[in-house]
Amino acid sequence: MRKRKTGLIAGTRELQKIPSGIKGFDDITGGGLPKGRPSLISGGPGCGKTLFAMEFIIRGIADYEEPGVFVAFEENIEDLKKNFKSMGFDLDDLVRQKKLVLDHIAIDRCEIEETGEYDLEGLFIRLGSMIDEVGAKRVAIDTLETIFSGFANEGILRSELHRLFHWLKGRGVTAVVTGERGDRSITKYGLEEYVADCVITLDHRIMNQIATRRLRVVKYRGSIHGTDEYPFLISSDGISVLPITSLSLTTRASEERISAGIPRLDTMLGGKGFYRGSSILVSGQAGTGKTSLAARFIDAACRRGEKCLFFISEESESQLTRNMLSIGINLEPWVKSGLLKFHAVRPTAYSLEMHLSVMLKLIGEFRPRVIAVDPISNLYPIGDDIQVRSMLMRLIDFAKSLQITGFFTSLSNDPDTGAYSIEPTEMHVSSLMDAWLILKNVEGNGERNRAFSIIKVRGIAHSNQLREFVMSKDGIQLLDVYKGREGVLFGSARMAQESSEIIERLNKTEEIKRKKRELESKRKLMENGIALLKEQYARDEEEMKILISQDISREKAAEQTKKEIAARRQVDRRPGLRSKVR
Amino acid sequence: MPAPPKATRKEKIKSEEPVDDAWILRLYVAGQTPNSLTAFANLKKICEDHLEKRYTIEVIDLQKDPQLAKDHQIIAVPTLIRKLPTPVKKIIGNLSNTEKVLVGLDLRKVT
Repeated sequence: MRKRKTGLIAGTRELQKIPSGIKGFDDITGGGLPKGRPSLISGGPGCGKTLFAMEFIIRGIADYEEPGVFVAFEENIEDLKKNFKSMGFDLDDLVRQKKLVLDHIAIDRCEIEETGEYDLEGLFIRLGSMIDEVGAKRVAIDTLETIFSGFANEGILRSELHRLFHWLKGRGVTAVVTGERGDRSITKYGLEEYVADCVITLDHRIMNQIATRRLRVVKYRGSIHGTDEYPFLISSDGISVLPITSLSLTTRASEERISAGIPRLDTMLGGKGFYRGSSILVSGQAGTGKTSLAARFIDAACRRGEKCLFFISEESESQLTRNMLSIGINLEPWVKSGLLKFHAVRPTAYSLEMHLSVMLKLIGEFRPRVIAVDPISNLYPIGDDIQVRSMLMRLIDFAKSLQITGFFTSLSNDPDTGAYSIEPTEMHVSSLMDAWLILKNVEGNGERNRAFSIIKVRGIAHSNQLREFVMSKDGIQLLDVYKGREGVLFGSARMAQESSEIIERLNKTEEIKRKKRELESKRKLMENGIALLKEQYARDEEEMKILISQDISREKAAEQTKKEIAARRQVDRRPGLRSKVR
Repeated sequence: MPAPPKATRKEKIKSEEPVDDAWILRLYVAGQTPNSLTAFANLKKICEDHLEKRYTIEVIDLQKDPQLAKDHQIIAVPTLIRKLPTPVKKIIGNLSNTEKVLVGLDLRKVT
């Protein structure tokens, strides 16, 4: 049980209170019932008045060592004992220990004749002797109004009841008096007129065929109290009142980060995963892999050696474990080692409040570090938006107060599969959540693929990129989607696009290589040409040289010949006519 | 039916030897209040007038023996219980309306 809250609701100095011991009730009243005064509990049949009264007495004995007296007008003692034994309260034992006195006041009108004046001193004496018998500090009278059916003179009764409440106050006992709800007044016979200090109504309403019990503090003199209608539950260990919301937001935030179990998701979350104690919502259409994501998260927590509680309402435990094996998540060893506990129950099995109470109880007993609820959208058939939201808020608050990380899945029924529209119900819930992930079906190219994105993660810089969510026997993978000329592509379209790009790239390199080769050969051709020309030129040059040298030698030879001829002719050196005449 | 009373203080009036048709009447009061005194006086008169010597009146003061209120299922005082003859009859009030008492005790048929 949480300690008494400071701030908004706190006990005042004027009025002393004693804790009723009823779970949650002392929270909403800032400490319990007014000490030494009578309180009135009113409600219709079967709304839990008797239990409230009895629990007040029993808790007083068990938890606060205050002996009690229980006066029953309606049920006889044996029935009472039997009824409460089934709830785990052993009244016989308390009676033996001299801590409890039970009395059944039988009122049967037909046996009784009235003539003249009387009073109810007998009742006072009866009560007084029982209070003295055990030194009672607490008294419960259930249902006092029955007395009106036993006596004809209402005038006498009223003045006697007035006296009774004064008398109870005078005895200094804290009393709980129950009364039947009236049509126009809080109680049928207006008992509230006599009880000045504390009036509480109990209610049992049926909505969508599911009953929810509610408690409301109508009046609490000299004390600030919550005025809401608080849902309450009757479970195997008595009443528990659930404050609509935890009254303050004072939970310490953890700095620790925990992995989501998917490496790529962790990197999308700045490489470290989610904050411990945060609440994570995954919403998506049917078959997008919400449960798998939750199972992966649970699996990762179990791998870290953390206790996990998995609330499932769509599949049985064995079905879920089997199905998860198909994507490489084996939860069974965790169940066997006691790290993981499933709680599988259909949402319509009982009311929203009952679900909450069961969940809180299990959490309180099992003390997990991670809880997962799959899916929360299944709660909508049994409560409206506001109720579901308030229930989740309380669940999340409770989890946060214990630094439990919560993973919630929600089914979207968005018919427009392509667009990322956000539904109002998710909107409602999402504000409670620290992180919101979305899974979507993306249809195209004759196939359906899953897209994953992060809508928000409080306090963590996160990737805004769309990822393709791929489940295979090797587990869950987040892949980059194709973004390019063709838009965003998923699945085989993405793969086709990717391969065609690869081919395109290959083709290009081939082309370049070919061009290179071509150029190379051209260069070679060119070089060859140059070499050829050079050769030609060299040849020509050679020829030329030969020609020139031939010419010179020919001239020389002619000169020589001339000289030889002249010598033969003995031509005078001096040129003259004779020589010409010859 | 509750066990036979073990009253500490029984005021037995005109108790003769037991007769077959003896009446046993028990008057529960809480102290000497005007109502209890009136009731006792009224009862005594009615018995004198209608039962002569065939009756016993036991007066039980719950203040002196509070446990009996629980044991005998008494809330209102004064309460008159006709133990005998059976069936047991219960009349509450100061018995100021003699007619009603007589009817209640089956001493007179409703006229």
